[in-house]
Amino acid sequence: MKAIMTVSAQDRVGIIADVCTLLSDLGVNILDLNQTVMEGIFTMTLLVDTATSSHTFDEIRDAVIRKGEAGNLVIHIQREDIFTAMHRV
Amino acid sequence: MLNISDIMQTVSMIDHQHLDIRTITLGISLYDCADSDITKCARKIHDKVCRKAEHLVETGEQIEREYGIPIINKRISVTPVAQAAASCESEDYSVIGQALDSAAKECGVNFIGGFSALVHKGFTNSDRRLIASIPETLSSTELVCSSVNVATTKAGINMDAVALMGRIIKQTAYRTASQEGLGCAKLVVFANAVEDNPFMAGAFHGAGEPECVINVGVSGPGVVWRALQEVKGESFDVVAETVKRTAFRITRMGQIVANAASERLGVPFGIVDLSLAPTPAKGDSVARILEAMGLETCGTHGTTAALALLNDAVKKGGVMASGHVGGLSGAFIPVSEDEGMIAAVKAGVLNIEKLEAMTCVCSVGLDMIAVPGDTSAETISAIIADEAAIGVINNKTTAVRIIPAPGKKVGDSVEFGGLLGNAPVMSVNGAGSEEFIARGGRIPAPIHSLRN
Repeated sequence: MKAIMTVSAQDRVGIIADVCTLLSDLGVNILDLNQTVMEGIFTMTLLVDTATSSHTFDEIRDAVIRKGEAGNLVIHIQREDIFTAMHRV
Repeated sequence: MLNISDIMQTVSMIDHQHLDIRTITLGISLYDCADSDITKCARKIHDKVCRKAEHLVETGEQIEREYGIPIINKRISVTPVAQAAASCESEDYSVIGQALDSAAKECGVNFIGGFSALVHKGFTNSDRRLIASIPETLSSTELVCSSVNVATTKAGINMDAVALMGRIIKQTAYRTASQEGLGCAKLVVFANAVEDNPFMAGAFHGAGEPECVINVGVSGPGVVWRALQEVKGESFDVVAETVKRTAFRITRMGQIVANAASERLGVPFGIVDLSLAPTPAKGDSVARILEAMGLETCGTHGTTAALALLNDAVKKGGVMASGHVGGLSGAFIPVSEDEGMIAAVKAGVLNIEKLEAMTCVCSVGLDMIAVPGDTSAETISAIIADEAAIGVINNKTTAVRIIPAPGKKVGDSVEFGGLLGNAPVMSVNGAGSEEFIARGGRIPAPIHSLRN
């Protein structure tokens, strides 16, 4: 399943490293990644493929949310189709 | 990949602007549950509902997790019980209401609709029995919703039914007096009721519907309000365009959830209902959208025009985003369920007469309005007649969901809790309508019903 992951947080060193290490540990493949800092707020969106992982979507979702809570990051992971449906005619 | 600001916009709509799917409603036909023995009929209904809706809640929750979009309610609508139970040899249909209630609890849904009768042209024996059983059913169940259709543009207004429903509403309030008349919050009197409405309390599974069907109701007043903050001072052309764009996005999300639910449950997709449904939460109010167009308080002069624009733009934006649009589709104005409406009533700006005018241009009627407990049955019937006339003449659905709150007077408040909210008791016109309601009979269908 393709999913969009969004990460926002107060900018600091190592956010990308933390998130990408977690995804790598879960076996989730990153297909695309955008990152910017807007007014001190770190914002990143990732297009990921969960099919490469041995974990279920629910397990991946719980793991990234736990990671977010531990590292003061607001993380969401949602199926990609909802974004395409809302923003493409 | 999509651009970062589009993605963050969606996330923010869900996180901060109360964007959600208001309801996934599974419609279930009960025609094959008929039995002359009402106990057997009730058991067949209970078993069928439990069988068909077994996976509804868990499927809804799985969709929520995968799409990251809250689905607030999972609900069930059934064939109007007056039709499904017509062959029962019993005067009291509350047994069936209780079977529906227990099935709803077993399935984990939060409402089940369809304790209903369609009497716009006249009563069958079964319709009479069902209507007489409404007060007992609504006082002995928690999750059952009831509705009665008393008028259509094709048939006119059944004034005998209008008179009867005034009395039934009063009895229901009396029977649920310990909960401030809560039973009446689950009872809707319709004109031009639709067969595929996913919203409660008025949902039922109409005669033209398939065996089972998934209907989805979207929400999103907070998102529209937010979008309007960006166009302060701009012309109405810009306002309409902004609402349309926002409604398109909201509806696309509803459609994708509807498709997923339909596929996973193996049940055909029926419709997406394009309604802006408020909740009592701050930032989820239709009244505040109207105020964002430049009105000091909802209910002042200009409110009807603002609502007309909003209702129309929501439909125009939504219609292209969904394969099949249906249900009520428009903006809802339930007083107790809308934080801005409650504030407007408390400020003395919004009254029942203005609400009636607003129902001429939006998708529902006088909805979730508490009136003094001593309001007569005839006055309630006359309020229903006025609303029905608006629906019949304008070819639209209208409804009355009114709570004559026992022991309460103007200025008091009625607390229903949860999505049903908090209703300030509103004043009604004190002049009587007794002789008008006592006439009975039918108000004939209007000339424009003869379209063939």
